Amino acid sequence: MKDSGDQTLEIYIHIPFCIKKCAYCDFLSGPASVSRQNLYLRALTREIRERKDGTGRRVSSVFIGGGTPSVLSGEQLLPVMEAVRETFTVLPEAEITIEANPGTLDREKLAAYRRMGINRLSIGLQSAKDDLLKKLGRIHDYETFVKTWLLAREEGFRNCNVDLMFAIPGQSPEDWQATLRTVAALSPEHISAYSLIVEPGTPFAGMDLALPDEDTEYAMYEDTARILGEYGYRQYEISNYARDGFACRHNIGYWQRKEYLGFGLGAASLFKEVRYRNTVDPDTYSRVWGEDGAVPDRRTAGQYEEVTPLTEPDRMAEFMFLGLRMTEGVSGQAFEQQFGKPLTAVYGPVIDKYRSLGLLAEENGRILLTRPGIHVSNTIMADFLL
Amino acid sequence: MTDQSRIRNFCIIAHIDHGKSTLADRIIEKTGLLTEREMQAQILDNMDLERERGITIKSQAVRIVYKARNGEEYIYNLIDTPGHVDFNYEVSRSLAACDGAILVVDAAQGIEAQTLANVYLALDHDLDVLPVINKIDLPSAQPERVINEIEDVIGLEAQDAPRISAKTGENVDEVLEAIAERIPAPNGDPDAPLKALIFDSVYDSYKGVIVFIRVMDGVVRKGTPIRMMATGFTTEVVEVGYFGAGQFIPCDELGAGMVGYLTASIKNVRDTRVGDTVTNDASPCAEALPGYKKVNPMVYCGMYPADGARYGDLRDALEKLQLNDASLFYEPETSVALGFGFRCGFLGLLHLEIIQERLEREYNLDLVTTAPSVIYKVHKTDGTVIDLTNPTNLPDPSEIEYMEEPLVNAEIMVTTEFIGPIMDLCQERRGQYQGMEYIEETRAVLRYKLPLNEIIYDFFDALKSRSRGYASLDYELCGYERSELVKLDILVNKEEVDALSFIVHGATAYERGRKMCEKLKEEIPRQLFEIPIQAAIGSKIIARETVKALRKDVLAKCYGGDITRKKKLLEKQKEGKKRMRQVGNVEIPQKAFMSVLKLDDN
Repeated sequence: MKDSGDQTLEIYIHIPFCIKKCAYCDFLSGPASVSRQNLYLRALTREIRERKDGTGRRVSSVFIGGGTPSVLSGEQLLPVMEAVRETFTVLPEAEITIEANPGTLDREKLAAYRRMGINRLSIGLQSAKDDLLKKLGRIHDYETFVKTWLLAREEGFRNCNVDLMFAIPGQSPEDWQATLRTVAALSPEHISAYSLIVEPGTPFAGMDLALPDEDTEYAMYEDTARILGEYGYRQYEISNYARDGFACRHNIGYWQRKEYLGFGLGAASLFKEVRYRNTVDPDTYSRVWGEDGAVPDRRTAGQYEEVTPLTEPDRMAEFMFLGLRMTEGVSGQAFEQQFGKPLTAVYGPVIDKYRSLGLLAEENGRILLTRPGIHVSNTIMADFLL
Repeated sequence: MTDQSRIRNFCIIAHIDHGKSTLADRIIEKTGLLTEREMQAQILDNMDLERERGITIKSQAVRIVYKARNGEEYIYNLIDTPGHVDFNYEVSRSLAACDGAILVVDAAQGIEAQTLANVYLALDHDLDVLPVINKIDLPSAQPERVINEIEDVIGLEAQDAPRISAKTGENVDEVLEAIAERIPAPNGDPDAPLKALIFDSVYDSYKGVIVFIRVMDGVVRKGTPIRMMATGFTTEVVEVGYFGAGQFIPCDELGAGMVGYLTASIKNVRDTRVGDTVTNDASPCAEALPGYKKVNPMVYCGMYPADGARYGDLRDALEKLQLNDASLFYEPETSVALGFGFRCGFLGLLHLEIIQERLEREYNLDLVTTAPSVIYKVHKTDGTVIDLTNPTNLPDPSEIEYMEEPLVNAEIMVTTEFIGPIMDLCQERRGQYQGMEYIEETRAVLRYKLPLNEIIYDFFDALKSRSRGYASLDYELCGYERSELVKLDILVNKEEVDALSFIVHGATAYERGRKMCEKLKEEIPRQLFEIPIQAAIGSKIIARETVKALRKDVLAKCYGGDITRKKKLLEKQKEGKKRMRQVGNVEIPQKAFMSVLKLDDN
């Protein structure tokens, strides 16, 4: 195994709080009192300081995700960022993102985020249509988003993402086109556009939803690239579009299998070719990392929900199905460098099969999904599992 | 040696569900062979499958001692026979081992198709038939009506037939007494050379084949050198004995008139064919018992392991089943679509189903079965004739002079209100009407000559559904007839799927092809490209459906870098693919191969 100690590291921090759960959300998140939030934050800080994985390593990006991390005040968040900076070497040029929802930000909070080095804001808008926002169970309307947006710009956030969602029940292609144009006109540096997935266990799963049919969803996806293209955005990943130089480095790290450490409830890590997932149970988490958590062996105490050491076939499969998410695809040369054998020796027949179907293409030694291929990428990626 | 006048060898015959096995249990229980507690319900049906389906698959036998009212002790040998038309030959051999038969008729349902078939079979063997009216405890029981029916239709004296309930045990004593009184004793010659009929055999891993015999003349004991007269197989007897309840009880010898078993370190049931005659190799009898015939499979299909890696397991399982079932035939075959498997031959569709279920249950195998086929006679232009059991092997049409297919004489008993629908069904299945007789005002027997290939698909299901379950069927093979047959091929994405090809009559080819395509369209999931499904005769396409291409299948956001979850989703997708068969570029679910067997939509 190659020594990864000199490579930069990414850090993910999970904040499992929000104002109110959305109808489609199946992530670890929910409303909580400030005192409970503070208890969690203390445990989180302790995890960052005491987990000891990669201590001192250079960090190229930090992503504070949720939930809605922006429910936290600057005061609440500061100790967490301090812990990161004191435990690792956060590079001066590091990308530091926080996810935010309209209606949870004010000037003071934004200023505090800026002061602690956060330089990227990812705002969850989802739609510019108020009736659809309501249907999704969002806490805000479009007007609120615009206010938050202007505030963020005024406070100096020059690298912003807006999250959008299509294939919402009752959404017409025209609704979606309008949302894309409205948002692109505000000129954020980055736009993420996901299709709604109805996950089991969410309120949506129990409802009879008027979801758009497959062909409509297909058209919406095509509209996304086309319309955003008109506004100068380039698609660099299945669901992500950016102006030049503003692709999200943190997420690209995931697709390129960079090492990352996830802190907080349910957070995932890739470290020394082992994938970890922290416990998803709040009580267990606070027992392991909480105030009185003088736990001799954290692992047996349930620190991790899952520990998955990756075999070489696992890593090859990941290299492929993660790499193919990016429009530039995967590099045959990089594959050979990492695994010591040519890409074709492992995946020749699969690649040939999908190339002959016009779903994969080869360009300059890279294998990538074609436009039709992106639409059925799941099916293709499954074929790269070994 | 037991006095032959104290021996009664008999069987119980009945239409399915009329209570044959229940009566057998009651007889065993009444004679004290087992206490009630020791009795597992239905002792004689000792395979799980037999008990569940309420059918007897293998012949079974049991020896009972009965003390009659006259104070004498009798030995009763009860031979249970398979109750289904598929096993007619076995039934006939079991009957040949008996001197009399108890005919059980349901007091509510009366005579059914297999009642008649079995009675005629018994009369053919010169058995004295003792009618018994069962299920008199049912509210709908009409014993007097059924007795009249037996007298009118079969011509058997039945006024003093015991009216019983095998379920409650009521009047079963009457049956026991009637056996001693009315079933004749055997009258073999104890001093003649050994002549014994093989009526069944089972394989035991310690003793080898256990051969079930009825000694007609002479005697057999340990050390007797024996010869099977049809197969010519010779060996020396290791053990003889009789049948306890569910166990083999060794004894010194089996004399004329007795029913029992012998073992002789026989490794293969094929050496001991049912119907063959066992004689003393040192002093053989002059001629064998009549009626031996080699049973040949009537229905063939391909059986493939769902997981190709289990080919060896399937072979071992078939080998083991064949040890106990000489009529099961199998040989390796290869399919482009399904890989390595076996072409298997069966006595009929029920036999096929039973073997399939046993492979799946007892050997834990997941199987893909191709459409059953009968044996076609292909007359080639060069004058040769081939027996075709696999449609894939049909020669090029230019080499075929003509083809013949097997026909059966079918008797369908049905209540008069359903005569119309059942006649329609037979007509649709190319039946030739032979006649109809009324058994009573509300019931009739319809006689049709039907091509066997029309009844091996879903005829039983169709018959039942069109008569609300009331029609019953009996059939027997009656030869071959020239027929305008064609091979219908199914093309998926322009590639012929060999496992889906079948032979069909020209007149019904279009309809069947259309239904096949429709069915496959439902079964084949959408894939990355449009998939045409076509039915073709030679190069002519006669039906087409299209599975539209999958348009959308994208993974959503990857929150917080939880790659493991994403991978699990992909793995699930890949797992689903494993249950598919790759044909060219197309993945066909395994159940698609079997769903096409049920095409009747009425």
